Amino acid sequence: MYAWIFRNLPGPLWMRILTALVLIAGVVLLLMNYVFPWFSEFSFLNPLTDSTIGGS
Amino acid sequence: MAATSRAAHAHRKVRTPGGRRRRRSPGQLIVQAAGELLITLGLLLVLYVAWELWWTNIDANNKQEQAVGNLFSEFDGPVAPAPEAADSAPDYGDPVVLPAIQQEGRTFAVVYIPRFGETYSRPVTSGVGTAVLDSLGLGHYPSTAMPGEIGNFALAGHRQTHGQVLDAIHTLVPGDKIYVQTKDGYYTYVYRNNQIVLPDRVDVIAPVPTQPGAVPTERFLTLTSCNPRFGAEERIIAYAAMDAWQPLSAGPPAEIAAQVAHNAEGAK
Repeated sequence: MYAWIFRNLPGPLWMRILTALVLIAGVVLLLMNYVFPWFSEFSFLNPLTDSTIGGS
Repeated sequence: MAATSRAAHAHRKVRTPGGRRRRRSPGQLIVQAAGELLITLGLLLVLYVAWELWWTNIDANNKQEQAVGNLFSEFDGPVAPAPEAADSAPDYGDPVVLPAIQQEGRTFAVVYIPRFGETYSRPVTSGVGTAVLDSLGLGHYPSTAMPGEIGNFALAGHRQTHGQVLDAIHTLVPGDKIYVQTKDGYYTYVYRNNQIVLPDRVDVIAPVPTQPGAVPTERFLTLTSCNPRFGAEERIIAYAAMDAWQPLSAGPPAEIAAQVAHNAEGAK
Protein backbone atom coordinates (compact mmCIF):
# COMPACT_ATOMS: atom_id res chain seq x y z
CA MET A 1 0.00 0.00 0.00
CA TYR A 2 2.68 2.48 1.02
CA ALA A 3 4.89 1.42 -1.90
CA TRP A 4 1.94 1.92 -4.23
CA ILE A 5 1.28 5.42 -2.88
CA PHE A 6 4.93 6.36 -3.20
CA ARG A 7 5.13 5.06 -6.78
CA ASN A 8 2.07 7.08 -7.73
CA LEU A 9 3.25 10.39 -6.35
CA PRO A 10 4.06 12.83 -9.16
CA GLY A 11 7.40 14.39 -9.87
CA PRO A 12 11.04 13.42 -9.49
CA LEU A 13 12.36 11.44 -6.54
CA TRP A 14 13.20 14.45 -4.32
CA MET A 15 9.73 15.86 -4.82
CA ARG A 16 8.09 12.54 -4.06
CA ILE A 17 10.10 12.29 -0.82
CA LEU A 18 9.04 15.82 0.08
CA THR A 19 5.38 15.13 -0.70
CA ALA A 20 5.53 11.94 1.35
CA LEU A 21 6.94 13.83 4.36
CA VAL A 22 4.23 16.48 4.10
CA LEU A 23 1.57 13.77 3.88
CA ILE A 24 2.98 12.02 6.96
CA ALA A 25 3.08 15.31 8.90
CA GLY A 26 -0.52 16.00 7.88
CA VAL A 27 -1.69 12.59 9.06
CA VAL A 28 0.15 12.99 12.39
CA LEU A 29 -1.38 16.44 13.00
CA LEU A 30 -4.84 15.13 12.14
CA LEU A 31 -4.40 12.28 14.61
CA MET A 32 -2.99 14.47 17.39
CA ASN A 33 -5.57 17.24 17.09
CA TYR A 34 -8.76 15.42 16.25
CA VAL A 35 -8.63 11.62 16.24
CA PHE A 36 -6.84 10.99 19.54
CA PRO A 37 -8.84 13.53 21.58
CA TRP A 38 -12.01 11.94 20.25
CA PHE A 39 -10.69 8.44 20.89
CA SER A 40 -9.75 9.24 24.48
CA GLU A 41 -13.37 10.09 25.31
CA PHE A 42 -13.94 6.35 25.64
CA SER A 43 -12.73 6.14 29.19
CA PHE A 44 -12.27 2.38 29.25
CA LEU A 45 -9.35 2.89 26.89
CA ASN A 46 -7.89 5.48 29.15
CA PRO A 47 -6.36 3.93 32.22
CA LEU A 48 -4.16 6.88 33.16
CA THR A 49 -6.34 9.83 33.66
CA ASP A 50 -9.12 9.41 36.21
CA SER A 51 -8.06 11.35 39.25
CA THR A 52 -11.42 12.01 40.90
CA ILE A 53 -13.05 10.40 43.85
CA GLY A 54 -16.38 8.65 43.51
CA GLY A 55 -15.95 7.82 39.83
CA SER A 56 -17.17 10.53 37.51
CA MET B 1 17.03 -23.49 -28.67
CA ALA B 2 13.36 -24.03 -28.08
CA ALA B 3 14.18 -25.72 -24.81
CA THR B 4 16.24 -22.81 -23.56
CA SER B 5 13.60 -20.25 -24.52
CA ARG B 6 10.97 -22.27 -22.75
CA ALA B 7 13.24 -22.49 -19.74
CA ALA B 8 13.73 -18.72 -19.83
CA HIS B 9 9.98 -18.23 -20.12
CA ALA B 10 9.37 -20.55 -17.22
CA HIS B 11 12.05 -18.74 -15.29
CA ARG B 12 10.23 -15.43 -15.73
CA LYS B 13 7.01 -16.92 -14.54
CA VAL B 14 8.63 -18.22 -11.36
CA ARG B 15 9.75 -14.64 -10.73
CA THR B 16 13.40 -13.84 -10.44
CA PRO B 17 14.44 -12.85 -6.95
CA GLY B 18 16.57 -10.10 -8.46
CA GLY B 19 13.81 -8.88 -10.77
CA ARG B 20 12.81 -5.27 -10.28
CA ARG B 21 9.12 -5.64 -9.81
CA ARG B 22 7.96 -9.10 -9.05
CA ARG B 23 4.45 -10.21 -9.71
CA ARG B 24 3.03 -11.50 -6.49
CA SER B 25 0.64 -14.33 -5.93
CA PRO B 26 -2.63 -13.51 -4.14
CA GLY B 27 -1.29 -15.19 -1.02
CA GLN B 28 1.74 -12.95 -0.96
CA LEU B 29 -0.43 -9.88 -1.54
CA ILE B 30 -2.61 -10.77 1.43
CA VAL B 31 0.40 -11.35 3.67
CA GLN B 32 1.92 -8.07 2.56
CA ALA B 33 -1.28 -6.12 3.18
CA ALA B 34 -1.66 -7.71 6.61
CA GLY B 35 1.95 -6.86 7.42
CA GLU B 36 1.51 -3.23 6.45
CA LEU B 37 -1.71 -3.07 8.45
CA LEU B 38 0.06 -4.40 11.54
CA ILE B 39 2.94 -1.95 11.15
CA THR B 40 0.39 0.86 10.78
CA LEU B 41 -1.42 -0.24 13.93
CA GLY B 42 1.86 -0.38 15.82
CA LEU B 43 2.78 3.13 14.71
CA LEU B 44 -0.70 4.37 15.67
CA LEU B 45 -0.31 2.95 19.17
CA VAL B 46 3.12 4.55 19.59
CA LEU B 47 1.70 7.86 18.37
CA TYR B 48 -1.26 7.57 20.74
CA VAL B 49 1.07 7.09 23.69
CA ALA B 50 3.11 10.09 22.52
CA TRP B 51 -0.09 12.14 22.30
CA GLU B 52 -1.26 11.07 25.72
CA LEU B 53 2.00 11.52 27.61
CA TRP B 54 3.48 14.47 25.77
CA TRP B 55 1.15 16.36 23.46
CA THR B 56 -1.69 16.69 25.98
CA ASN B 57 0.74 18.38 28.40
CA ILE B 58 1.78 21.03 25.90
CA ASP B 59 -1.86 21.70 25.05
CA ALA B 60 -3.02 21.84 28.67
CA ASN B 61 -0.08 23.92 29.88
CA ASN B 62 -0.89 26.58 27.30
CA LYS B 63 -4.56 26.65 28.28
CA GLN B 64 -3.70 26.81 31.98
CA GLU B 65 -1.26 29.65 31.51
CA GLN B 66 -3.97 31.48 29.60
CA ALA B 67 -6.54 30.81 32.34
CA VAL B 68 -4.16 32.15 35.01
CA GLY B 69 -3.55 35.22 32.85
CA ASN B 70 -7.27 35.83 32.37
CA LEU B 71 -7.95 35.47 36.07
CA PHE B 72 -5.09 37.80 36.97
CA SER B 73 -6.56 40.53 34.81
CA GLU B 74 -9.50 40.53 37.28
CA PHE B 75 -7.20 40.84 40.30
CA ASP B 76 -5.93 44.08 41.68
CA GLY B 77 -3.48 44.50 44.52
CA PRO B 78 0.25 44.90 44.90
CA VAL B 79 2.48 42.10 43.68
CA ALA B 80 5.42 43.10 45.86
CA PRO B 81 5.64 40.94 48.97
CA ALA B 82 4.25 42.28 52.21
CA PRO B 83 7.00 43.98 54.24
CA GLU B 84 8.13 41.66 57.00
CA ALA B 85 6.46 42.93 60.19
CA ALA B 86 8.86 43.61 63.01
CA ASP B 87 7.10 41.68 65.74
CA SER B 88 4.44 39.41 64.35
CA ALA B 89 2.35 39.05 61.23
CA PRO B 90 -0.68 41.37 61.31
CA ASP B 91 -3.98 39.71 62.05
CA TYR B 92 -6.45 40.16 59.24
CA GLY B 93 -9.33 38.47 61.05
CA ASP B 94 -11.51 35.80 59.52
CA PRO B 95 -10.79 35.14 55.85
CA VAL B 96 -13.08 36.53 53.21
CA VAL B 97 -14.72 33.63 51.38
CA LEU B 98 -15.86 33.62 47.76
CA PRO B 99 -19.52 32.76 47.22
CA ALA B 100 -20.02 29.23 45.93
CA ILE B 101 -19.82 28.90 42.15
CA GLN B 102 -22.50 26.78 40.52
CA GLN B 103 -21.40 27.20 36.94
CA GLU B 104 -18.94 24.50 35.87
CA GLY B 105 -15.81 25.63 34.09
CA ARG B 106 -15.25 28.97 35.83
CA THR B 107 -11.67 29.61 36.91
CA PHE B 108 -11.65 31.36 40.28
CA ALA B 109 -8.34 30.75 42.03
CA VAL B 110 -4.65 30.05 41.53
CA VAL B 111 -2.72 27.47 43.54
CA TYR B 112 0.99 27.79 44.32
CA ILE B 113 2.95 24.83 45.67
CA PRO B 114 6.64 25.75 46.03
CA ARG B 115 7.53 22.09 46.67
CA PHE B 116 6.53 21.37 43.05
CA GLY B 117 8.88 24.07 41.80
CA GLU B 118 9.30 27.81 42.27
CA THR B 119 7.27 28.52 39.17
CA TYR B 120 4.42 26.15 40.01
CA SER B 121 1.13 28.03 39.73
CA ARG B 122 -2.03 26.45 38.39
CA PRO B 123 -5.58 27.70 37.91
CA VAL B 124 -8.47 26.23 39.90
CA THR B 125 -11.70 25.77 37.97
CA SER B 126 -15.10 24.73 39.26
CA GLY B 127 -16.13 21.18 38.38
CA VAL B 128 -14.24 17.90 38.10
CA GLY B 129 -15.52 16.69 34.72
CA THR B 130 -13.05 15.74 32.01
CA ALA B 131 -13.68 19.03 30.22
CA VAL B 132 -12.18 20.85 33.20
CA LEU B 133 -9.48 18.39 34.27
CA ASP B 134 -8.25 17.61 30.76
CA SER B 135 -7.44 21.17 29.91
CA LEU B 136 -7.55 23.47 32.92
CA GLY B 137 -5.73 21.37 35.47
CA LEU B 138 -7.12 21.54 38.98
CA GLY B 139 -10.87 21.06 39.35
CA HIS B 140 -12.88 22.01 42.42
CA TYR B 141 -15.41 19.47 43.70
CA PRO B 142 -18.53 21.66 43.46
CA SER B 143 -20.14 20.43 46.68
CA THR B 144 -17.10 21.24 48.82
CA ALA B 145 -16.03 24.43 50.59
CA MET B 146 -14.45 27.47 48.92
CA PRO B 147 -10.91 28.64 49.81
CA GLY B 148 -10.76 29.87 53.37
CA GLU B 149 -14.20 28.51 54.24
CA ILE B 150 -14.64 26.24 57.24
CA GLY B 151 -14.88 22.75 55.78
CA ASN B 152 -12.97 21.05 53.00
CA PHE B 153 -11.75 22.84 49.88
CA ALA B 154 -11.27 19.74 47.70
CA LEU B 155 -9.47 19.66 44.36
CA ALA B 156 -8.77 16.98 41.77
CA GLY B 157 -5.95 16.99 39.24
CA HIS B 158 -4.19 14.64 36.85
CA ARG B 159 -1.05 12.85 37.98
CA GLN B 160 -0.09 12.17 34.36
CA THR B 161 -1.12 13.69 31.02
CA HIS B 162 -3.08 16.90 30.34
CA GLY B 163 -0.63 19.13 32.20
CA GLN B 164 -0.08 16.57 35.00
CA VAL B 165 -0.71 19.20 37.63
CA LEU B 166 -0.29 16.82 40.56
CA ASP B 167 2.53 14.67 39.20
CA ALA B 168 4.72 15.43 42.23
CA ILE B 169 2.00 15.01 44.86
CA HIS B 170 3.95 12.21 46.57
CA THR B 171 6.93 14.54 47.16
CA LEU B 172 5.04 16.83 49.57
CA VAL B 173 6.58 16.90 53.03
CA PRO B 174 4.53 17.68 56.15
CA GLY B 175 4.80 21.41 56.78
CA ASP B 176 4.94 22.32 53.08
CA LYS B 177 2.90 25.36 52.18
CA ILE B 178 0.10 25.29 49.65
CA TYR B 179 -0.99 28.83 48.71
CA VAL B 180 -4.37 29.61 47.20
CA GLN B 181 -4.98 33.02 45.68
CA THR B 182 -8.44 34.37 44.85
CA LYS B 183 -9.64 37.87 44.10
CA ASP B 184 -10.05 38.33 47.86
CA GLY B 185 -6.65 37.27 49.12
CA TYR B 186 -4.06 34.62 49.82
CA TYR B 187 -4.92 31.54 51.86
CA THR B 188 -1.96 29.61 53.21
CA TYR B 189 -2.55 25.92 53.83
CA VAL B 190 -0.03 23.61 55.45
CA TYR B 191 0.32 20.07 54.16
CA ARG B 192 -0.15 17.38 56.79
CA ASN B 193 -0.19 13.89 55.32
CA ASN B 194 -1.26 11.76 52.42
CA GLN B 195 -3.23 8.59 52.06
CA ILE B 196 -3.75 6.06 49.29
CA VAL B 197 -7.34 4.89 48.94
CA LEU B 198 -9.64 3.13 46.49
CA PRO B 199 -11.57 5.35 44.06
CA ASP B 200 -14.92 4.92 45.86
CA ARG B 201 -13.77 6.61 49.09
CA VAL B 202 -15.89 9.75 48.79
CA ASP B 203 -15.42 10.45 52.48
CA VAL B 204 -11.96 11.91 51.82
CA ILE B 205 -13.63 15.05 50.49
CA ALA B 206 -16.14 15.27 53.35
CA PRO B 207 -16.16 18.59 55.30
CA VAL B 208 -13.97 16.82 57.83
CA PRO B 209 -11.89 14.49 55.65
CA THR B 210 -12.62 10.76 56.25
CA GLN B 211 -15.30 11.62 58.86
CA PRO B 212 -18.55 12.01 56.94
CA GLY B 213 -21.22 13.70 59.01
CA ALA B 214 -18.80 15.38 61.37
CA VAL B 215 -19.24 19.12 61.81
CA PRO B 216 -16.08 20.93 60.68
CA THR B 217 -14.34 23.54 62.78
CA GLU B 218 -11.17 23.77 60.69
CA ARG B 219 -10.41 24.90 57.15
CA PHE B 220 -9.05 21.97 55.15
CA LEU B 221 -7.65 21.59 51.67
CA THR B 222 -7.68 18.16 50.03
CA LEU B 223 -6.00 17.21 46.78
CA THR B 224 -6.97 14.02 44.96
CA SER B 225 -5.06 12.44 42.10
CA CYS B 226 -4.54 9.01 40.59
CA ASN B 227 -2.22 6.41 41.97
CA PRO B 228 0.08 4.77 41.04
CA ARG B 229 1.74 7.09 38.56
CA PHE B 230 0.79 5.95 35.06
CA GLY B 231 -2.19 4.10 36.50
CA ALA B 232 -5.54 4.78 38.11
CA GLU B 233 -6.36 1.75 40.23
CA GLU B 234 -6.16 3.85 43.38
CA ARG B 235 -6.26 7.50 44.44
CA ILE B 236 -3.60 9.42 46.30
CA ILE B 237 -5.02 12.02 48.66
CA ALA B 238 -3.08 14.93 50.18
CA TYR B 239 -4.51 16.67 53.23
CA ALA B 240 -3.69 20.21 54.34
CA ALA B 241 -5.17 22.65 56.86
CA MET B 242 -5.33 26.43 56.70
CA ASP B 243 -2.75 28.33 58.66
CA ALA B 244 -2.98 31.99 57.62
CA TRP B 245 -4.87 34.43 55.49
CA GLN B 246 -4.10 37.86 54.11
CA PRO B 247 -6.08 40.10 51.77
CA LEU B 248 -4.84 40.77 48.25
CA SER B 249 -4.07 44.35 49.25
CA ALA B 250 -1.47 43.11 51.74
CA GLY B 251 0.63 41.65 48.93
CA PRO B 252 1.61 38.03 48.36
CA PRO B 253 3.45 35.89 50.90
CA ALA B 254 7.20 36.25 50.32
CA GLU B 255 7.68 32.64 49.21
CA ILE B 256 5.45 33.02 46.15
CA ALA B 257 5.93 36.74 45.44
CA ALA B 258 8.16 36.16 42.43
CA GLN B 259 5.67 33.86 40.74
CA VAL B 260 2.73 36.15 41.53
CA ALA B 261 4.64 39.01 39.91
CA HIS B 262 5.38 36.79 36.92
CA ASN B 263 1.70 35.89 36.54
CA ALA B 264 0.66 39.53 36.84
CA GLU B 265 3.21 40.36 34.14
CA GLY B 266 1.75 37.67 31.91
CA ALA B 267 -1.78 39.06 32.35
CA LYS B 268 -0.84 42.44 30.88
